[in-house]
Amino acid sequence: MTTIDLPTPARLGRPTTRRVPIHAVTLRRLISAERVKLTTLRSTWITYAVAFAGMTGFGVLSSWAMTSQKPIPRDFNPVSQSLAGMDLAQLAIGVVAVLVITGEYATGMIRSTMSAEPRRLPVLWSKVAVFSVVTFVTMLVAAFASFFVAQAVMGPHATTLGAPHALRSIVGAALYLTVAGALAMGLGFLIRSTAGGIAATFGLLLVLPLLGSLLPTNWQQHVLPYLPNNAGNALVGVHPVPGGLSPWVGLAVMVLWAGVALAAGAWRLVRQDV
Amino acid sequence: MIEVEGLTKRYGDKLAVDDLTFTVRPGVVTGFLGPNGAGKSTTMRLILGLDRPTAGTARVNGKAYSEHPAPLGEVGALLEARAVHTSRSAYNHLRAMALTHGIPKWRVDEVIDLVGLGEVARKRAGAFSLGMGQRLGIAAALLGDPEVVMLDEPVNGLDPEGVRWVREFLRDLAAEGRTVFLSSHLMSEMQLTADHLIVMGRGRLVADVSVHELTDASRSTTVRVRTPDAGHLRQVLAGDGVAVSSQPPDVLEVRGLTSEDIGRRAAAAGVVLFELVPQQVSLEETFMELTRDAVEYHARPSSERIAA
Repeated sequence: MTTIDLPTPARLGRPTTRRVPIHAVTLRRLISAERVKLTTLRSTWITYAVAFAGMTGFGVLSSWAMTSQKPIPRDFNPVSQSLAGMDLAQLAIGVVAVLVITGEYATGMIRSTMSAEPRRLPVLWSKVAVFSVVTFVTMLVAAFASFFVAQAVMGPHATTLGAPHALRSIVGAALYLTVAGALAMGLGFLIRSTAGGIAATFGLLLVLPLLGSLLPTNWQQHVLPYLPNNAGNALVGVHPVPGGLSPWVGLAVMVLWAGVALAAGAWRLVRQDV
Repeated sequence: MIEVEGLTKRYGDKLAVDDLTFTVRPGVVTGFLGPNGAGKSTTMRLILGLDRPTAGTARVNGKAYSEHPAPLGEVGALLEARAVHTSRSAYNHLRAMALTHGIPKWRVDEVIDLVGLGEVARKRAGAFSLGMGQRLGIAAALLGDPEVVMLDEPVNGLDPEGVRWVREFLRDLAAEGRTVFLSSHLMSEMQLTADHLIVMGRGRLVADVSVHELTDASRSTTVRVRTPDAGHLRQVLAGDGVAVSSQPPDVLEVRGLTSEDIGRRAAAAGVVLFELVPQQVSLEETFMELTRDAVEYHARPSSERIAA
């Protein structure tokens, strides 16, 4: 008896066996892809280096300058002074956070990203996760470095990690920068353009507090503490600002701002054509 | 297999894709033809879920693209617009894409070799020429060894050797039983690569035919006859399905009869013929004919431009 080779239905579709192993897209796989994407851009390394240098350089320099003048200002505090570079670092962190998103829109990379994960929203989560971990770790190291080096240059005015609120301030600085970055990412997803995203981020973080101070005085107390930068300062500051929020309420308010920005960004990501 | 049903996409008040229905089958190369602005790229973006349709559906291997757990294993796509971060190297771009689907590193090296980018894989994609960019896009499309390969103007910017490589490569993919769908605005390119054609104009389906049928259709068109006795010949030829028109008084354009038929009938009627020429219409002209009403942007004839 002879066997007849019938054309198999598989001939009319994909070759029967897969030669190339391939797996379902998961959050874990997206995160590993986003990690590679973040670390393989030179701009990432440059902006993180700038953030690190801003944080430590300005913290140490201003600590040295402040303690070498006489008399020392009355509100001088060796912990806060050593973390003075945070405002500088936030510029670089805000830029890199926006660029992680808008760089993909500007170059068209977003089309590749979204064809690999057409459900879209997991891309937002994985980007935020990778960025947050990297930012928190690098900025925590920068904050500690800035604290210790600054104490070393402040001579008799120096303090130690055991000082009241020192540890909370240091960790708070890294937390603030991370959450501010997440807020910037939300604005990046919402606005999709680099210039617009950066303008919105710094408008919110830097310009809004200035505008807030133009409000009638009796309104200010209800508005100013809740602006993102002021809420962040409550988290980082050693001494509570009069009328300001407590540190952890400050963090909660910051997280809320970031959450609103990310929700708005997610809305546009899911609803609108890429 | 790609199945498009009633697909419609409206941008503001402009209908980019208008109630499009067609099926792209495995095992053959299907060309997607239409003038610039016809809606080909939009249709491909709709198939990939990058744009949401206003109405209708596009399914790939039985499901919407976004419903596949590992979409890069179903469809590999090269879009017309660049889709690579210009500051990242080709290798790292492909590695990041591969990681989303747990595709091993050896496959990244393999597709880089396959498209011949080995020497430049570590360079910034932004420094690539148009042709190298196309090769990188093709490499990305092949990464997941997909059943459907969908390429938007793949030979754009390629040198002649590259064009031939793409053509043969696509034929091989189809021969393996895969679905190959590629767009072009050039009929001449399709004539060499495609087995089947989907022709689009102004967002609408204009034709869904095999290249064979189209070639036959263009062959049986008109015959030009020059004769001193045009009036008589016209009467002789008149009949079912025959259309005769004349421009100079001694020339007839005959549709619906072969030159052999005309010659025999003329001889039987004793009509003298000076010329009997079948007018071979190229596929290019057939395509122009098909899409004449559907072209978005018309160039005015140069004489008109001068007059204006």
